[in-house]
Amino acid sequence: MAGVVGLREVRYGYDGDNHLKAEKDLSNPYFSFDGSKCIVCSRCVRACEEVQGTFALTVDGRGFASMIMPGPTGNFLQSECVSCGACVQACPTATLMEKSITDAGQPDHAVITTCAYCGVGCSFRAEMKGTEVVRMVPNKDGHANHGHSCIKGRFAWGYATHADRITKPMIRAKITDAWREVSWEEALAHTAAEFKRIQANYGRGAVGGITSSRCTNEETYLIQKLVRAGFGNNNVDTCARVCHSPTGYGLKQTLGESAGTQDFDSVLEADVVMVIGANPTDGHPVFASHLKRRLRQGAKLIVVDPRGIDLVRLPHVQADYHLQLRPGTNVAVINALAHTIVSEGLAAEAFIKARCDLAAFEKWKAFILLPENSPEALAEATGVPAQALRGAARLYATGGNAAIYYGLGVTEHSQGSTMVMGIANLAMLTGNIGRRGVGVNPLRGQNNVQGSCDMGSFPHELPGYRHISDVATRTLFESAWNAKLESEPGLRIPNMLDAALDGSFLGLYVQGEDIAQSDPDTQHVTAALSAMECLVVQDLFLNETAKFAHVFLPGSSFLEKDGTFTNAERRISRVRKVMPPLCGMEDWQVTVGLSNALGYPMHYAHPSEIMDEIARLTPTFTGVSYAKLDKLGSIQWPCNDTAPEGTPIMHVEQFVRGKGRFMVTKYQPTEERSTRQYPLLLTTGRILSQYNVGAQTRRTANSMWHDEDKLEIHPHDAEQRGINDGDWVGIRSRAGETVLRAVLSERIQPGVVYTTFHHPFSGANVITTDNSDWATNCPEYKVTAVQVSRVTQPSEWQRQFSQFDHQQQDLLAHRERASSKA
Amino acid sequence: MDASKLVHMANQIGGFFAADPDASIAADGVADHIRRFWDPRMRRDLFKWLDERNGEGLQPLVLQALEKHREKLQPAG
Repeated sequence: MAGVVGLREVRYGYDGDNHLKAEKDLSNPYFSFDGSKCIVCSRCVRACEEVQGTFALTVDGRGFASMIMPGPTGNFLQSECVSCGACVQACPTATLMEKSITDAGQPDHAVITTCAYCGVGCSFRAEMKGTEVVRMVPNKDGHANHGHSCIKGRFAWGYATHADRITKPMIRAKITDAWREVSWEEALAHTAAEFKRIQANYGRGAVGGITSSRCTNEETYLIQKLVRAGFGNNNVDTCARVCHSPTGYGLKQTLGESAGTQDFDSVLEADVVMVIGANPTDGHPVFASHLKRRLRQGAKLIVVDPRGIDLVRLPHVQADYHLQLRPGTNVAVINALAHTIVSEGLAAEAFIKARCDLAAFEKWKAFILLPENSPEALAEATGVPAQALRGAARLYATGGNAAIYYGLGVTEHSQGSTMVMGIANLAMLTGNIGRRGVGVNPLRGQNNVQGSCDMGSFPHELPGYRHISDVATRTLFESAWNAKLESEPGLRIPNMLDAALDGSFLGLYVQGEDIAQSDPDTQHVTAALSAMECLVVQDLFLNETAKFAHVFLPGSSFLEKDGTFTNAERRISRVRKVMPPLCGMEDWQVTVGLSNALGYPMHYAHPSEIMDEIARLTPTFTGVSYAKLDKLGSIQWPCNDTAPEGTPIMHVEQFVRGKGRFMVTKYQPTEERSTRQYPLLLTTGRILSQYNVGAQTRRTANSMWHDEDKLEIHPHDAEQRGINDGDWVGIRSRAGETVLRAVLSERIQPGVVYTTFHHPFSGANVITTDNSDWATNCPEYKVTAVQVSRVTQPSEWQRQFSQFDHQQQDLLAHRERASSKA
Repeated sequence: MDASKLVHMANQIGGFFAADPDASIAADGVADHIRRFWDPRMRRDLFKWLDERNGEGLQPLVLQALEKHREKLQPAG
């Protein structure tokens, strides 16, 4: 266009010195840097520093030679740039430009929607050309992200139209048969008939469903309704089982509500931030940018983590304390912190007296003051020097507003629920709850973990965290749903798998989950899946679980449906359809279809009607409607008559349960401890560019940053085993063995090894065991005793996996096409 | 279901509630937790283990809880 209207015709010609021949930097897969268009305004440099907090960009040279440079490496891909896109947004010329715009052209309209990656739940403008997405731009009015984004939400959406998408329903009798494409009617009728057959043969409790934390509230609500009212049992669970179920249990016991206490903006008023078992710069990058901004302003930082995560030391950020504990000793550390605060007289006595149950407090106080809970007594077990621990405790108790942010490093332990209660104890003990800048903040893994839990996905709870045995609640739902409900709790995911091997659970409907990759002890999971008579998987792709399925129902991505997600701060945001579903049905319509085929009719014309039903039946959602969401942009529940516009901060006047309840949290070492046979402790985590099982991000250019999972090992442990950087190493636990490439790293302490789990071939979960949280069965992903040694070939499991994968891809490729029959 | 797993899980629950200085409250806590979170077939199989194998491997607190609350822990229906 510039050429067409004559903008390139300059008065003095092109003879003098200029930058027109500046080489373009095309190294980043998502955006280009064209130095010839740069006016060196520095907005990109400021965006990188002030908005993202990475400090990857600088202005090199002076005067006419001034150039924007991505650090000393010279190109964007090799630099410290994290591809958040903030510089691209800030660029007033076309110097920094999304490649998708260069390829597809300018958008013609935009729709506000919500990212489907992590629990931050960023609001985005999906910029469209007809029904094609050409760019995702973070929404400046977004209440969770305020116009910021990360590489995943901003750029990694190409999976939605990836060639691997399966768009037609398929069925097969055995998993060794080729798939057969069928109509929606046939697929749903077949599934209903199979589930009825299994129930007739093995009992009503022989089937169940798994809802997805990646799907919308409306979709998860419908699945649990289908299971409870249609199947007539309570065998419904969600992947929150394997991540944040201890949060739900622990916070309910102590504070009275299974949710975080703050909004994200609250961190900007925190004076002390304690991050426990979370890696926000990788797992929750947009929240991490808010946090880093506050830390640059001078807030103090305590990191409790076995690894030296990025947050420990960053440009202009240095943790005041890094309590580098041994994996599995969280509860010891939290008890030692509380012991210090009580014994040194730093407790908020007035707050406790006014707000907490005093009998429970006195009992807890007697427990916590036991000498066994002192930092000195626990130093050997935790590996944390008593002096540092006491210093951290004093800072948390006396440093002003103190906020705790935690992740799966807290929950995924045999004492996960105990640790969550320990965190709540600590916040109550210091009065750090009920106002801005403080609180207990679980960082949720997936976009809709909070929502899937809110919607009654757990087998023992109806929507709004009300126990299934409660007669009043059950009667309410029975009359609304016109069905008799079972009063006993159903099976949780690990129990479903055990029951499958036991022969009493043989039909499972899995929506948008991949338990064959994401759940622990893979060989146990796949044995259970193989034992099922009817496994139904609804997903975008033929994921690992679908390779064991008898029915495949194609799913729709977040771009193809209407609904809502609820993020880690209880914020309900709209997901809006920007393109028609590739398979012809939105996920909620598929569940409705299945329910109708089963003979339990559901009648919804639009997801807004499902939300209206949720609001009618759930006291914390009474005031929520699509109309109000459109008006306000987003709403933090509880939203009802007492809080018509939602609740940013919880427990302000009093705790949801009335009086806050201190719980006795005795430290019990996990049974998964290092031995002579398995002397190292394996812990797991994620990285910035990949997302969980990787089904989405592996199908984007994000794999340029992380194309395989590697094993981080301390140089000392490596040397003892003759392992060099880049060697293949076998990692063996009592559950299984896999082989990864080694990376020598001093981020971890001697005795500990670390890996990610984004690629199925890595088999990280072949090694993890069936050990789980005592209260919720949340698996102990974060501690597995292993031995590591040099090897020359993949493990036996990996060889079998490759063979099976090849067979299943072949059965997919040779599927009987519906069109060829016509 | 795999009885050894059920025994292990029950003992883990016992481990948490054992921290309560009042043994009676601890036993109630164990029973209440199992009642609220365990599917009926898991409870049935645990009692089967208790009756047929004399609760082999179960911690004293868990045994006490199961005996004390046998009726309450029976699945409805």
